[in-house]
Amino acid sequence: MDQASPLLQVTGATVRFGADAVLRRVDLNLYPGEVHSLMGENGAGKSTLVKAITGAVPWTEGRMTLAGRDVQIASTEHAIGLGISTVYQEIDLLPNLSIAENVCLGREPRRLGVIDRAAMRRRAREVLEGLGLEVDTSALLGSQSVAVQQLVAIARAISTDCRVLILDEPTSSLDLDEVAELFRIIRELKARGVAILFISHFLDQVYEICDRITVLRDGELVGEYLTDELLRVDLVQKMLGHEGAPLRARDRETPERASGEALVSGRGISAGGVVEADVDLGAGEVLGVAGLLGSGRTSLARALTGVTRLDSGIIRIEGETTDLESPRTAMSLGVVYSSENRRRDGIVAEMSVLDNITLGLQAERGIIRRLPPAHRRELAMSWVDALDIRPADVDRPAGTLSGGNQQKVLLARLLALAPRVLVLDEPTRGIDVGTKVEIQNLVGEMALNGVSVVFISAELEEVLSVGDRVVVLRDGRIVDTVDASSLTTDGLLALVARPDESEV
Amino acid sequence: MTATAVRDETTKESRTMKVESFLGRHAALMPTFAALAILLLLFAGAEAFLRGDFITPRNISALLLDNAYLLVLAVGMTFVILTGGIDLSVGSVMAFTGILGAKLLADGLPVVIAVPAIILGGALIGLVIGVLVQYFNVQPFIASLAGLFLARGLAFVVSLSSIKVEEPAILWLQSTRITVGSWYITPTGIIALLAVAVAAFVLHLTRFGRTVYAIGGSESSARLMGLNVARTKVAVYVISGLCAGLAGLILTAYSGAGYPRNGIGTELDAIAAVVIGGTLLTGGRGYVVGSMVGVFVYGTIKTIISFMGAEQSWMQIIVGALLLLFIVVQRAIVARSEGRR
Repeated sequence: MDQASPLLQVTGATVRFGADAVLRRVDLNLYPGEVHSLMGENGAGKSTLVKAITGAVPWTEGRMTLAGRDVQIASTEHAIGLGISTVYQEIDLLPNLSIAENVCLGREPRRLGVIDRAAMRRRAREVLEGLGLEVDTSALLGSQSVAVQQLVAIARAISTDCRVLILDEPTSSLDLDEVAELFRIIRELKARGVAILFISHFLDQVYEICDRITVLRDGELVGEYLTDELLRVDLVQKMLGHEGAPLRARDRETPERASGEALVSGRGISAGGVVEADVDLGAGEVLGVAGLLGSGRTSLARALTGVTRLDSGIIRIEGETTDLESPRTAMSLGVVYSSENRRRDGIVAEMSVLDNITLGLQAERGIIRRLPPAHRRELAMSWVDALDIRPADVDRPAGTLSGGNQQKVLLARLLALAPRVLVLDEPTRGIDVGTKVEIQNLVGEMALNGVSVVFISAELEEVLSVGDRVVVLRDGRIVDTVDASSLTTDGLLALVARPDESEV
Repeated sequence: MTATAVRDETTKESRTMKVESFLGRHAALMPTFAALAILLLLFAGAEAFLRGDFITPRNISALLLDNAYLLVLAVGMTFVILTGGIDLSVGSVMAFTGILGAKLLADGLPVVIAVPAIILGGALIGLVIGVLVQYFNVQPFIASLAGLFLARGLAFVVSLSSIKVEEPAILWLQSTRITVGSWYITPTGIIALLAVAVAAFVLHLTRFGRTVYAIGGSESSARLMGLNVARTKVAVYVISGLCAGLAGLILTAYSGAGYPRNGIGTELDAIAAVVIGGTLLTGGRGYVVGSMVGVFVYGTIKTIISFMGAEQSWMQIIVGALLLLFIVVQRAIVARSEGRR
């Protein structure tokens, strides 16, 4: 494969924001007809490299050649014009426009300078059908589910004659079938000679689809490898820069759950997408929640924390029936919630890490009893230290941190409230392996200190390794509650999948 | 009988499905329909109250004539608000271009120079605001506030008192009445309606127009999608300024004179009309035709109040209340469409 020359070649790419070099002399070679994976922890510089290639951030140094010719990417428009299409990590589409427009915007079919709407809808439908999605292309994008939006973003990227396709975490909101469909498309594009850069935290997916891997660490190049020649253990080690020991699950303490002594107990909870759910959560217990997208796992979390009101059912906390009418009520009872969408419902991106961490505590104390500034700083510093938030600068705007560190800031805010019940909705989604393990370990520590945790994750291994017991949701109903130690990943998969499919 | 019942059921079902898919496609249209409903209610109410003296061809025709300048301003404002911006300068720009035109004509310049000068003058101030917003990162509110003071000052520089216009070509715009029965329309009315039609065309069927909506939806997304955000953002302020210049021409023709104190607070009337017409102040949703409905709602309230001989201050109270109502309606619709997800 090496005899072919790279379609896109990046040499010595350096990007500086102020004094910080986020990317230092990184090389990347994308070959036509090859799927290339860019791997690295959070803050390794993956997103920055992608943005540099697509013209979204300016280069400090380095050069890039496309098909052997030097190019200087001036803007995202320019990159698209050169045939470099990108699907960004967070869906960057326009909820106020139709699906068809989101696919075709900027390159709508025109007749005499006038947009030909029928042709535009037709083209969008063709591309989407190629992705196995049949929707009303005139519907507003905002009215669609996240998975559909993700597919629309991919459709937009492949609807042009792209030579280079960059997929930054395209699978984080897709279910298994949709991922399979996406991989089929990727293979098709590969056969057409498109060079594909695929970024994902799921090692399975990387090994399934990618031919070549480039590893980055702390903004520097570690190396480029052929997937077939790189063992997973080695890959993880190269990403982490030390032995892969933290990947092992925490040593499980045998849960000493006194039966009948539930801290939180819900009976017949119906709210949003969840129907008649019964949940018990003991003190110091970690309850894993497994289920596919749309199985009601988020609805359950929101019902337990007062974000959505119950349609029916009751929730008892320490045996007392409570009406969780708002997140504020829930917080006053020691029940706190971390949303799956940390950028939208979690972090206040413009505020500093310091303010983000102390926000919850200040809100609880009320506006009159201000936390003294010195105390706040000390508090924030201690959390930054305890959770190893990097960079350790509490005055930095939280939005400039990497995803994993933003999640840690969010956790620090909740933990500062000294909660009794912590409801974490996909706390490890879209963050790197190292931080993921840290958060999993943190959950274990919290449980040892008597905090009860509801841990929701799309990754079954994680649910099993973190949870003491696992609640399995399917189509809005709890189908089973099992001890995590008695279950294998395959066993859990069978429970999560539909029964008729699990027969296979 | 069961067969018909079943058929009824299915047609009913397909009808609800149609309604559903229509709502999925056009959730943003609802506030505009609401504005239309309010306009019809106003008409019906006034008609009943004044015992059939309100809905006459004369009154309806006058509605367009009296509000032509406001309609043109609202068209320009719709572009700006759709991108999520605001343009406070239009009232002053209208006054400045009006007095400028009157002065140029009084100095003996021909119409073919004075009229383009008026319109270009407006566009130029719009360009300054647009450049400030886009390239100097000034908040639209502040940039256009600067534009407001600049234009008002320039108007007083041109003249401190009113200048009468005697140029027949300008007066023709106002005095010519193309009549059909007892309905009539003046060239100023035609200009205003043309402005609406052109704007609707541009907004819905050109790439520029769709980029305007895209910026209102999410500016950073629009940029990442490779749309020309910078050019479009400057252009909407130029369009708004251009419309203000055109409104200056129309107002000069309408009142037969240029006056530097014209249009104080008119920018707020234009914004109110746009919002009542269903355009979201945060951008991305709305229709220029809605803004036209908004202007007519505004004009109708004004007419009703003068018919009833009530205090003009009621006008502002009612418009204020309507504005509040519409913003609540919009919030409800946005919340609903988010809840549907």
